[in-house]
Order: sequence, then C-alpha cells, then structure tokens
Amino acid sequence: MDLSVSFGGLTLKNPVLTASGTFGYGLEFTPYGDLARLGGFVVKGISLLPREGNPMPRIAETPCGMLNAIGLQNVGAEVFLRDKLPRLPWRETAVVVNLYACSAEEFGDLAGLFAGEEGVAALEVNVSCPNVREGGAAFGADPAQIAAVTAAVKRRAGDKPVIVKLSPNVTDIVAAGRAAMDGGADILSAINTLTGMAVDVRTRRPRLANVVGGLSGPAVKPVGLRCVWQLASALPLPVIGIGGIASAEDALEYVLVGAHAVQAGTANFSRPDFAFRLVDDIAALAAELGLDSLDACRGGLRT
Amino acid sequence: MGAGVRLIVRGAKTLSERTMEHKTCTSLRIVENRPLGGGAQYLLSLENPGWGAGGKTWRPGQFVMLRPVSWGLELTWARPFSIAQVDEGGLRLVIRPAGRGTDRIAGLAPGDEVFLWGPLGTSFVTEPETPTLLLAGGVGLAPFWGYAARHPAPANLRLVLGHTIDLAAFPLDPFAPLAGAGRLHTFHQRTMADLDAFIALLERHIADHGRAANGLVLACGPGPFLRTVRRLCDAAGARCQVSLENRMACGIGACLGCVARDAAGRNVQSCTRGPVFWTRDLAEEF
Ligand SMILES: Cc1cc2nc3c(=O)[nH]c(=O)nc-3n(C[C@H](O)[C@H](O)[C@H](O)COP(=O)(O)OP(=O)(O)OC[C@H]3O[C@@H](n4cnc5c(N)ncnc54)[C@H](O)[C@@H]3O)c2cc1C
Ligand SMILES: Cc1cc2nc3c(=O)[nH]c(=O)nc-3n(C[C@H](O)[C@H](O)[C@H](O)COP(=O)(O)O)c2cc1C
Ligand code: FES
Repeated sequence: MDLSVSFGGLTLKNPVLTASGTFGYGLEFTPYGDLARLGGFVVKGISLLPREGNPMPRIAETPCGMLNAIGLQNVGAEVFLRDKLPRLPWRETAVVVNLYACSAEEFGDLAGLFAGEEGVAALEVNVSCPNVREGGAAFGADPAQIAAVTAAVKRRAGDKPVIVKLSPNVTDIVAAGRAAMDGGADILSAINTLTGMAVDVRTRRPRLANVVGGLSGPAVKPVGLRCVWQLASALPLPVIGIGGIASAEDALEYVLVGAHAVQAGTANFSRPDFAFRLVDDIAALAAELGLDSLDACRGGLRT
Repeated sequence: MGAGVRLIVRGAKTLSERTMEHKTCTSLRIVENRPLGGGAQYLLSLENPGWGAGGKTWRPGQFVMLRPVSWGLELTWARPFSIAQVDEGGLRLVIRPAGRGTDRIAGLAPGDEVFLWGPLGTSFVTEPETPTLLLAGGVGLAPFWGYAARHPAPANLRLVLGHTIDLAAFPLDPFAPLAGAGRLHTFHQRTMADLDAFIALLERHIADHGRAANGLVLACGPGPFLRTVRRLCDAAGARCQVSLENRMACGIGACLGCVARDAAGRNVQSCTRGPVFWTRDLAEEF
C-alpha cells in the first residue's frame, strides 16, 4: 500500500514524523532504526543563540505521560547548520526545523537562516513561548500575535512550507488556527504540551524545578484528537496530528479526525525504535482495514 | 575501548557512535529474579542481549534502559540500571525497589518480557597498574561486579561498600577474591549518627589513593554520597570518576531531561556524556 502523503507543499513517503524535543537531532536514534524510513522528523526547537535551558529536575513521570520543563536547551541555529544538518539523511526523509524565538523579529531572522537550506523540508513555528516584548504572555494564547509571528516567518521562509504548531492551552483552538492561516501558514500542527504540574507530598516540593511544565504522552491524546478534529472541521489548512500517539491505531484515529500526517513524541522515550515500527504498523493496520491509501480514511469520522 | 561492531551512519560519527560498539534495542525474557536479603534487593537475570561476540562489547559503568512490556501505557519511561555482569547466566542487573517502577520490576517472574536498550553511556577507566579504590553506596555496587571481574590486576583493587539495608541483600559472591584478600570493606549505616563514621572511613581510604599514591577513585551511589566523595577526593588530590544517577526518560541523549552541569557551566546529557564522569569535568554543584 502507498503510504505517501502530500499536503501544504510537503510530500512525505509516509505520514510518520517525530515530534520536536522528543527525537533530539535525529542522530541519537540511528542505532535503533533507519531515519530514511520515516516520513520525516522534526528536530529539537532551535533558537538564534544556544540556550542552556531550565534548572533540574526538568522531567517527571505522570500516569500515562510525563511533564517536561526542559526550557528549550539547544545548540543554536549556527551549530545546527554546521554540525547537525549535514549529517542528516535529508535527501531521503523530510527534516523539519522547529523554530523558537521570543519576538516576531527574532522568529523572522531565524526563518531567514533556514530559507535557503536545501536540507530543510519545512519550518515549524513553536508559538508556545513567552513574548518578551509583550510582557511575557505566550504568543500562542493570542490570535493577533500568532498571526504576526506567522507572517514574520512566512516573509523570510522563501519557498519552505511554514507549519504553525498550536498550543492546546487556549479556549478556542480554531481561533488560533485561523490566525495562523491569516498570517500565511501552509500547515497547522497540534498539539503542543498542556501546562501542568506535579507535587511531591513528602518533600512538599514541585517535581519540576520550574514548578510548571508541559504534559505529554497517552494522557493527552483525547485533547489532541479533539483539537485536530475542530481544526480540520473548521479550516481548509492541512493539519498534522500530535499528542499521545503510542500505536498505529492512535495514528489512524488522528487521520480519521482529519490529520494529513502525525508526529510521535513521548512514545519515542518508551522505546527508541517506536517511530520506525509505527511506519510498519500503520501499513499493516491499513491493510487489515482494507484501506488503499490514507486519503481513503482521512476525515472519515462517522458522527 | 574494546573491539566490536562500529555503527557507521552517513557521514561523521556522533559521540555515541564513537564510544558505543554495539547497541541493541530488543525484547528479552526474564531468566531469574532472585530476591536478596528477603527482597530488599533483587538479582535480575535476563536472556543475553547478544552485544557482539562473547558479550564483551559493553564496559563496566555502562547501563541499560529497561521497560517491562506489562507496563502498557501506564508507566511511560523505561528505567536505567547499571550493567552488573554478562555471563553464562545472562545479563545481570541488581535492582533496589525504590518506587513504582522498581517495585514492579521486583515482581517480574521468569518468562516475563521486558524491552531493553543498551549498552549506554560512558564507563569507568581501567588502569591496571594504579591502586584503585571502588566506592559503592548501596546498589551503586552493581557496576563494580563486572569491573572487578574484568580487572587485569585485581590485587590493585580495594572496595568499600556503604549500606543502609542488610548486607545479605548484596550479591557479594563476585567479590569473594577481594574479600579473601582483605580488600573488601563494608559499613552498615543504621542511623544518621553513623554518617560521620562512614565519611571518616571514606576519608581514610581515599587518603591511601591520593596525590602521593597517584591512585584512582571510582564511585557509584546516590548524589549526596558522590558529592561527599568528590569533596574528599579534591582534598586528598585523588583522581576520581563518579557515576551519576540522574532521572532519565530516554537514556540516549534525546530528551535533555537528565543533564548535569559540566566544568564549563554547560548542561550535558548524563546518559550519553556520562553516567561516568571525571569529577574535574563537572561543575562544583553537578
Ligand atoms: C545510570 C544509572 C544507573 C542506575 N543503576 C541502578 C542499578 O543498578 N540498580 C538500581 O536499583 N537502581 C539503579 N539506578 C536508579 C534507578 O534507575 C531508579 O531507582 C529508578 O529509576 C526509580 O524508578 P521508580 O519508578 O522505582 O521510582 P520513582 O517512583 O520514579 O521514584 C522513586 C524515587 O526515585 C527517584 N528516581 C526516579 N527516577 C530515578 C532515576 N532514574 N535515577 C535515580 N533516582 C530516580 C525519585 O526522585 C524518587 O525519589 C540507576 C540510575 C541511573 C541513572
Ligand atoms: C521532553 C520534551 C521536549 C519537547 N520540546 C519541544 C520543543 O522544543 N518544541 C516544540 O515545539 N515542542 C516540544 N515538545 C512537545 C512535543 O513536540 C509534542 O508536541 C508533545 O509532546 C505532544 O506529543 P506526545 O504526547 O506524542 O509527546 C516537547 C515534548 C517533550 C516531552
Ligand atoms: S535521558 Fe534523555 S537525554 Fe538523557
């Protein structure tokens, strides 16, 4: 069966991508599978300058999931372009760069650095960050700011498809998606993590030094499905489904509610060959369900 | 570094590809799960994961990530455990039940299936001619099983084990040669008041491996223990490696949840740049 998908200017050999921050720079996983078998992968969020991230502890396991407050530790755009990208199999699989910045200008500058890079298939904009210019409220919570950031990236992105990754920490995800569309987004991805916290009753301390962090893993899948379903039902843009994918069934559930592709995140931690196996498992499940292509079931939710 | 299959993947090799010989990620069955000291710890034996010829392509100090298949979706992460030994009995791990994951691992039975990847991370140095002090805090004893077994000149080894649980909970047979030669010292810390005596004991042994002796100190155990060892080694001018026990999600350098602060003030993954570090490469507060 043909698993390839094409949407928003992006063509993937299969619908399996890996989610930013859960797959390093890809290279970490080469002992466990062939990166070229993936539809693509999204690298760790990259900022203009290197960042050391948050104090420890940064992660806590929670029932069916985890919290993280890594704080966007990353090598910075320059080192990524010099040391990482040339070693990735970008001719054979889509390497998507996830952008992290704290102002629209910075987002634009960052996009400009990758616009001319042959090895970059698309740019994904992480709007779940505080806007330092506007008092630190998250961009992702304000449609006007989402539109401004998207436009700033799109202006400098050359011919790279721009994916805007939406935060579920909003009351109206469709308004956020529409703002990204107005800003010129080619593709939406959802969801990023849900803000949460965990407490140790014996020490009376929060389990994360940052106190709050982002919840991910199977626990968030119902929220992810709901968001993707709302977005895909209301807007003409293609959507990449993210959140709690731990099996081929989970992936096809996202396709049924309207996703063109999926990103697997936290499941990569449960076993490092997860994403590679997911490709095979989706093919097997699709065959079992008698699907000729993913287009045949996309949005096919019976309500 | 031992011989073995090197992973050559498109272009330059990553740090982990240079230092790892043969990593696998595979499902394995439990061969035996033997309670030690009435279940205070467990000697978990698994099928040999087949890390290259003779199972020798791992080095003491390295670890595996282990996740029982029965965890389903409930417990998200695998748990890191030092490789104690790989021998005819299979892959040996020593498990101390310390929480919801390790409590369940303690309940695994022969035939149960786990998912496991490794060998991971850095290892302890072996300097055959150097007087070497092995300092174990509790289950931190595990990596020294393989270390002592492989050391070409065991006469140069001395081991100190500090423990709060019963000594019967520790696999001490592999250390019989050291014990026989009077080079195995154990200290039972029953109350907090014993701590000073333990630190004094550590200090005496470290002094024998300090600047004058050009010795080597290798330590594995809980964080506070490692920080004490580091302080004492710095004072004695002893070269020292410590194995950090930071919480881990992926074990392969991808999540950045396990970082330690290095001497340059940078956050480095303790799963790939460690778990074994020279203390001189770590920040004061690592
Ligand atoms: C490189 C390495 C080697 C290790 N080798 C061994 C070994 O040989 N034998 C052994 O019994 N244990 C070993 N550990 C520790 C073991 O991994 C933890 O005890 C285990 O992960 C705790 O899981 P849990 O679900 O039982 O505890 P949880 O319920 O998650 O937590 C219980 C307690 O353990 C702490 N904790 C949680 N995760 C870790 C972690 N990864 N490391 C340290 N503390 C943690 C928590 O803060 C809490 O205080 C090693 C850890 C590392 C990083
Ligand atoms: C440890 C960790 C780090 C993450 N880092 C980023 C990041 O840098 N940029 C980003 O857009 N999302 C980041 N995410 C969010 C994931 O990409 C994903 O949206 C989220 O985890 C939900 O998917 P999952 O349930 O499959 O993990 C991170 C998630 C985790 C668990
Ligand atoms: S445990 Fe994930 S980076 Fe070390």
